[in-house]
Amino acid sequence: MTRIALFATCLADTLFPDAAKATVTILERLGHEVVFPEEQTCCGQMHVNTGYQREALPLIRRYVETFEPHELIVAPSGSCVGSITHQHAMVARRLGDELLAVRAAAVAARTYELSQLLVDVLGVEDVGAHYPHRVTYHPTCHSLRMLRVGDRPLRLLRRVSGIDLVPLPAADACCGFGGTFAVKNADVSTAMLADKMRSVLDTGAEICTAGDSSCLMHIGGGLSRLRAGVRTVHLAEILASTESAGSIAGAGR
Amino acid sequence: MTTFLGLPTAPPGVGHLRQEEPFPIAARRALGDSQLRRNLGKATSHIRAKRAAVVGELPDWEELRAAGQAIKAATMADLGRYLQQLEASVTARGGTVHWAADATQANDIVTELVRQARATEVVKVKSLATDEIGLNDALARAGISAYETDLAELIVQLGHDRPSHILVPAIHKNRSEIRDIFLREMAGVDPALTDDPAALAEAARRHLRRKFLSATVGISGANFAVAETGTLCVVESEGNGRMCLTLPQTLITVMGIEKVIPTWADLGVFLQLLPRSSTGERMNPYTSMWTGVTPGDGPQSVHLVLLDNGRTAALADPVGREALHCIRCSACLNVCPVYERTGGHAYGSVYPGPIGAVLSPQLTGIEDNASLPYASSLCGACYDVCPVKINIPSLLVHLRARHVEEFRRAHRMPSAEAITMAAASWVMSDPRRFAAAQSAGRAGRVLGRRGKITTLPPPLAAWTRARDAPLPPSQTFRQWWHSEHRDAP
Repeated sequence: MTRIALFATCLADTLFPDAAKATVTILERLGHEVVFPEEQTCCGQMHVNTGYQREALPLIRRYVETFEPHELIVAPSGSCVGSITHQHAMVARRLGDELLAVRAAAVAARTYELSQLLVDVLGVEDVGAHYPHRVTYHPTCHSLRMLRVGDRPLRLLRRVSGIDLVPLPAADACCGFGGTFAVKNADVSTAMLADKMRSVLDTGAEICTAGDSSCLMHIGGGLSRLRAGVRTVHLAEILASTESAGSIAGAGR
Repeated sequence: MTTFLGLPTAPPGVGHLRQEEPFPIAARRALGDSQLRRNLGKATSHIRAKRAAVVGELPDWEELRAAGQAIKAATMADLGRYLQQLEASVTARGGTVHWAADATQANDIVTELVRQARATEVVKVKSLATDEIGLNDALARAGISAYETDLAELIVQLGHDRPSHILVPAIHKNRSEIRDIFLREMAGVDPALTDDPAALAEAARRHLRRKFLSATVGISGANFAVAETGTLCVVESEGNGRMCLTLPQTLITVMGIEKVIPTWADLGVFLQLLPRSSTGERMNPYTSMWTGVTPGDGPQSVHLVLLDNGRTAALADPVGREALHCIRCSACLNVCPVYERTGGHAYGSVYPGPIGAVLSPQLTGIEDNASLPYASSLCGACYDVCPVKINIPSLLVHLRARHVEEFRRAHRMPSAEAITMAAASWVMSDPRRFAAAQSAGRAGRVLGRRGKITTLPPPLAAWTRARDAPLPPSQTFRQWWHSEHRDAP
């Protein structure tokens, strides 16, 4: 049994708790102990990517101090883990806090995105899930190109019983979310979203999944506006579903 | 009285490096042009596929990229020495080197050289540097006509248009639009001209051949300059460039100072990286190289204008200088989901797309192109294809930070965004404040109906113009955890 600290991410904690709950469900079902350090808040990515590094620094320090005592950390987000591994030390160093940069790099090296943790660290692909739905998987940009998770999420999904997994055309194209980009350049973001939604609808899937609640909020928000009859579900929620317990999606709403 | 505010950037009022309007505004207009969207989508997906195929052929592609990156980084670290070596090599072979601090100086130097050659017409090889400084406009003011000889540049010039792509300046036009331009603007063109690409190329060929044979001055840019020998190199597809480089008596080359490379061995690396990245070809059809003057053969008066125009200012930023490594292949444009939808004009600079978004603001000073570093979703596709591994997403993030910091220094009052960001930082740097904000946010549930929110107040109103927003759940994860793990420490 491994003790794993969950970084829920501010977005999942606040708006998409099912993704974080599902992460707990999967890891506990696999026999691991999950802890939730309650001092955690946010990785600071939004601040860094919008240019507010000075404002991000206290958030980075909080992440480092909260998770420093933990040997293994998981987050249900490629984007947040990407920020932790690629930006935390860089920002601390740029603002002259070399000690924090060194500590941040050490904590980042122990922080994994969910599919990385399952496949690379825990060595499982079959997590015992059952999900009788037609699903297409969107590889989010930061999990694909920052973390290089590759086909790990697909390997996990292929082992889910009952699933009808259909490939997404132009899968590696950005959905247009991009954090504050979605608001600052709303028109371009929407044009990108339109093409992503067309790809999703072309698959005939009833569910579009991904490893990031943020991108799913964007794609799902667009599909909902179109009344497209297709919904978005976080990868963790699919992997947490079982034949006996069913899907936890929608709980708590 | 002047105050020294750092190294000089490209001056305003000359050339084409600055946005006339913020990117989101220009992009919004471009997005409404369905023909543009169609032309760009078709062209970029075609080049993307070609590039991916030929890059996939090379087992040592990643090693080549790493070599290209290392050569550029080492050259930038000692740029002054290599430029002086280049000057000495060119001079020793009978060429003349001119140093231009900015666009205005470069235009003056070239205009004076054309005057000395007593020419009123010049033929031009496709050159971004001369477009950057607005050379054609400067020459026109001096009564000198400049003729673009690259087919796509010719289309742009005849159409009274602006280039929209580094490599394919007329990418925003399809062949029937090009036919219309030729019929309207090309003297003596066959009125029965069709939109068959071969027929269009033949019409351009006839039009240009007269200019090649009469012009006494040729003007070019350069892809590379080899410091050890003084050799200049132009890489092209059509052969029109080679005509300009060999037929006139006088040859003037305008080159950004970052184009120098130390040795011929280095050139071997870049000539493998560039064609595959730019046109998706194993090798481009024409690679011309010349070293000073060859008596009795080709141009007998050879000039090299070394252009700074903000490059030293970019070099002074130890992070930002990576943008100077660019070899202008345009692979980043072709894979960029933003460029693919807006086209190049929305960026307002001769350098559009991801590389333009990190280069233009550094050349002009960030304030003059302030919206460009934000014109990206940071998807990272550009970094993956860059032949010299420029980490464009990181540079964008760096320039956003520089913009925020410079704004802060220049303004007494913080922007609305800065106030929001500071407040969010204050809230999120403490878990109790964060939990309280989450509880307050649940009041947002009143905005929703049927599990979603369709209208949000500013600054999030832009989100709900096209997307629903999720309703905050009745219980945050934190609350759920607390209720489930009451006994936990």
